[in-house]
Parts: sequence; structure tokens; C-alpha cells
Amino acid sequence: MIFEEILEQINAHLSDTLVKSIDENASPKAIVIDKSSLDELMIFLHKKDNLYFDSLSCLTGLDNGVEANTMEVIYNLYSIPYDHHLMVKVILERTSPILPTVTSIWKTADWQEREAYDMLGIKFLGHPDLRRILMPADWDGYPLRKDHTDQEYYRGIKIDY
Amino acid sequence: MANQVQYIFDDKNLRNSEPQKYKAEDLKSEEMVINIGPQHPSTHGVLRLEVVTNGEEVVEVVPHIGFLHRCFEKHAESIPYNQTIPFVDRMDYLAAMNSEHAYAMGVEKMLGIQDKIPKRVEYIRVLVAELNRLGSHFVALGSYGADTGALTPFFWMLRDREHILRLLEWASGARMLYNYIWIGGLFYDLPVGFEERCSEFITYLKPKLSELEKLFINNKIFVDRTANVGVLPIDLAINAGVTGPMLRGSGLKYDLRKIDGYSVYNELDFDVPVGKGKMGTVGDCWDRTWVRVEECHESIKIIEQCLVGLKGDHKRTRDFDPQELVPKKIRPKAQDLYVRSENPKGELGFFFRADGKSDIPFRCKSRGPSFMNLSVINDIAKGGLIADLIAIVGSIDIVLGEVDR
Repeated sequence: MIFEEILEQINAHLSDTLVKSIDENASPKAIVIDKSSLDELMIFLHKKDNLYFDSLSCLTGLDNGVEANTMEVIYNLYSIPYDHHLMVKVILERTSPILPTVTSIWKTADWQEREAYDMLGIKFLGHPDLRRILMPADWDGYPLRKDHTDQEYYRGIKIDY
Repeated sequence: MANQVQYIFDDKNLRNSEPQKYKAEDLKSEEMVINIGPQHPSTHGVLRLEVVTNGEEVVEVVPHIGFLHRCFEKHAESIPYNQTIPFVDRMDYLAAMNSEHAYAMGVEKMLGIQDKIPKRVEYIRVLVAELNRLGSHFVALGSYGADTGALTPFFWMLRDREHILRLLEWASGARMLYNYIWIGGLFYDLPVGFEERCSEFITYLKPKLSELEKLFINNKIFVDRTANVGVLPIDLAINAGVTGPMLRGSGLKYDLRKIDGYSVYNELDFDVPVGKGKMGTVGDCWDRTWVRVEECHESIKIIEQCLVGLKGDHKRTRDFDPQELVPKKIRPKAQDLYVRSENPKGELGFFFRADGKSDIPFRCKSRGPSFMNLSVINDIAKGGLIADLIAIVGSIDIVLGEVDR
């Protein structure tokens, strides 16, 4: 199914205002939605017979910097039986980057959300085990934020040597 | 500098930096936490497993990762696209060519030059990537033998892998971390005589593989150790984002080389082996290993076809310059792009965001197959024995460099 048909399906079965905008430049093409409709949309994309996005290939957290004052979470979905792609973007406020988890739909989101939390401090509500995954638990700050500066000392070791 | 304190020892350091998920007071009276790794040969690197056990039985496995975290994504955000390639090598250090191929493909797509790449370049890319895939599978098979108590396959496989590494060293100058596939082309053309030497190697390798099958995977001891162990059902595998030989071992014919047909894979003829449960249940450790062995045969097929192409239609010419299309300045238009390719371990994906204003990616996220494959370990090891846990970790074939990135 091509992007336009997927979009048509979404608009036909869910509210018209759910898709806020479309990014034609992206590859695969992307839709931008509000975080409040994330749960509804993802369950629909996963369950609907002729869409059936059974795999979440990649979940990316992204910081647009202090000036833009937004963060994004980008979901790359793929349907194995139908061989179609979709990119879903959720834009968050930088001051409170919180959105619902999708672990109940795709188990693979578990570690990917933990990584986004670890690197960018995005909180996923309802995640069963939201701990840091790559960085040490006693590390200060979130390293992939654009304004991140390392702590000066970590266990008495000067970091910026 | 010499007298400077390097590390202040404190009892609490480990507990603070990587706390156990289960504390003694949370456990039932018969349960016990056993810590495996991070320095243990059967964890295949610096992986730490917190195992809650009930006698010999595994109740829960909590993997602790991040010991080999080298900030790939942070580095990629601070250096130009072409300079990231050596870092990409260091993610999956056993299959650097495959990762480079995926990365180069992604940036080429962003620049819109993916269709202009000369066929000879593409054939060389596929050739070296498949050689590297063989090398990666050899390490997977050899070390899995060592995990399950057979040391001979390990020596045999590393012996054969050494030939591959020397071929690739001849082509690129490095044994494992090549920086050979560049954005828009290659570092150099293949050295003169490479194709002939490669065919010689293939002739040498074929009987060795059937020898391996007899010695190793059809061996009764090995079958007893791995059949019906760590069964990964197909629905769980898809839902948990498992890809590569692990997913194919569970019985799904899913190979991005076939599905996407990227590079010149759509011109080549090869099969996709899937697990059939020949020795036990579909999706057990034996199936995954068997799929890897079969994939070695398929890779040999691909290499042979590439060699035919490289000696025939796309043969070496005097004026061929593999760096012809390598851009001097890499500045893609503002866009988001997700690119994926089939690595020996599974689907390697890169997500790029280019802002259109600089030579540096705004964000470069890598989706490592080992990372996703490892996340399923608790589901398949739960309820088994500790000895089986070791067999399961080996059958996942993780490279910690890619898990932690």
C-alpha cells in the first residue's frame, strides 16, 4: 500500500484532525501527530487488517535544540506481510518531554524507549521498566541533548581531560 | 600525570552505576541471584546477565549492557558524513563491510546519487560484504561450538576466517576495520589478481563447510545440547523486533537482500534458508545455527556470481576510478531518512536527519540488530536451565560493539 492509501485509511477510520501535517520529503513519507492521539493511532495501525504494521523497525528520539524548544520521537513502522512503510513523528515540548509508551503493542519498543530515555530524557508513561540502559545509572544529564555538557568529575575522574 | 589518581575505589561504585534490578529482600526464599559476566567467555564480550535462579532453573534474566558504549551517535553528530564511516566499522566489528555498505547507501540516497553508482563498484561492495558475512558467521559458529563444549570448530572456523581477513586486508589495508566502502564509491579498486585468489579460496572453502556440518552441527552431542532449547516462536520474534538468522530460524522467510533487493542483490540468484525444526522445534538454538551454516552456502553462491560479473561484464578497465563519484562536499537537502540493510546479525538501520545547512548530520541514529535480538533473551531463557542460558546467548550471536554502540 502506498503512503496516500495509508493516509486515506487513517482519515477514514480515525478523526480527521488526527494527522496534523505530512512530511513528503521524508523517506519513507511521514505523518506528524499529537502525542494525545499516539495510542489510538498505533493500535489502529497495528490491528487494522489491511495495514497490519507488525514491526516497529526503529524508534528515534531527537532533540531540536534550545531555540526550537522541541523534541521529537520518530517511529519507523514496517509491515512484513504487505511490505509497506510509514514514519510517524510526534513533536514534544522540550520542557516536559512525556508521551505514552507503545510497549504494549510492540515488545521491541521496550529497549528502544529505554534508550531514548537514557540519551534524551524523554519519559514514556506506562513503560514497565524505564531505567537507563547504556549510560551508568548515576550519570548526570542526557548526553544526546543539544545543550548537554558533561559533568566535571565522575568518581573523581576528570571527564574533560 | 603519572602520579595522578586514575580511579577512586569505592565499594558502592558498581552498585551506584549499574544497580541490580532484584534485591535480596525481593526474592523468594528458594531464589538466588547469580551474576554472569561482564568478564566471562560465554557472554561473547562485556555483557552482564543478572540471573534470578531457583536451583538450576532460570526464573528471570536481566541483561545489563552499556559497558562498551562509545557514543557513536554523539560522534556522528559532530563530524562530517564521510568521517563517520570508521566509527560505523567499530559498531559491528565482525562485519564492518556490511555496516559501511548500509551507511554509504543511506547517505547516497540522501544525496540522490544512489542510481549513478557504477555497477562495478556495486559488485565489489556486494563481494566484500558477502566475504565479511562469511567471516562473521564463522565467528558465530566457531564460538558457539566453544560455548557448547566443542573446541575444534572454533579453531577450524578461525583458520578459514583468516583467509577472508587476509583477502580483505589485501583489498583495503586493514584486517577488520576497513573504511573501504566510501560514500559514492570505494577507497580503491580491487587489487590485480584478487578475483582469481578469491575463486581459489571458494574452491578451498566448499569442502571445509561440509566437513563442518559433519563434525559440528550434525554431531549428536551438539544436537542434544541445542535442539528444543531456547525456542523462539515466530509471533514473539516479530513483535520483539528480532531480525536476521534468528528470525529466519523461527521460520519466517525474511531477508532484506531479497525484499528490498538493494545494491545488486536483485540481479543475483540465492535462496533464503529458514528453520524447519529438523532436529527439534522450529526456532530452537539448533535451527538458528543451521540457518547460519546454510547462509554460508548462499554467500558462496553470491560471491561466485559476483566474481563472474567482475571478470565479465564489469571487468577491470584502465580508466575505472572507484572514487569518481565520491563527493567533495557532502551536504544533503533537509530531510529525514531511514535506511536498512541485511547484516549478518539482522536488520541494520540508520535514521538520518539532515538540516540542509551543514555537512554534519543533525541526528544519526543506528538501529543495531544485536541490540534488538538480545532484548528477547529473557523471554526465551525463562524456565530453562542455566546451562541452556549459555547455549541461548551463544545462539543469538551478539556483538557487544553493536549492542552498546
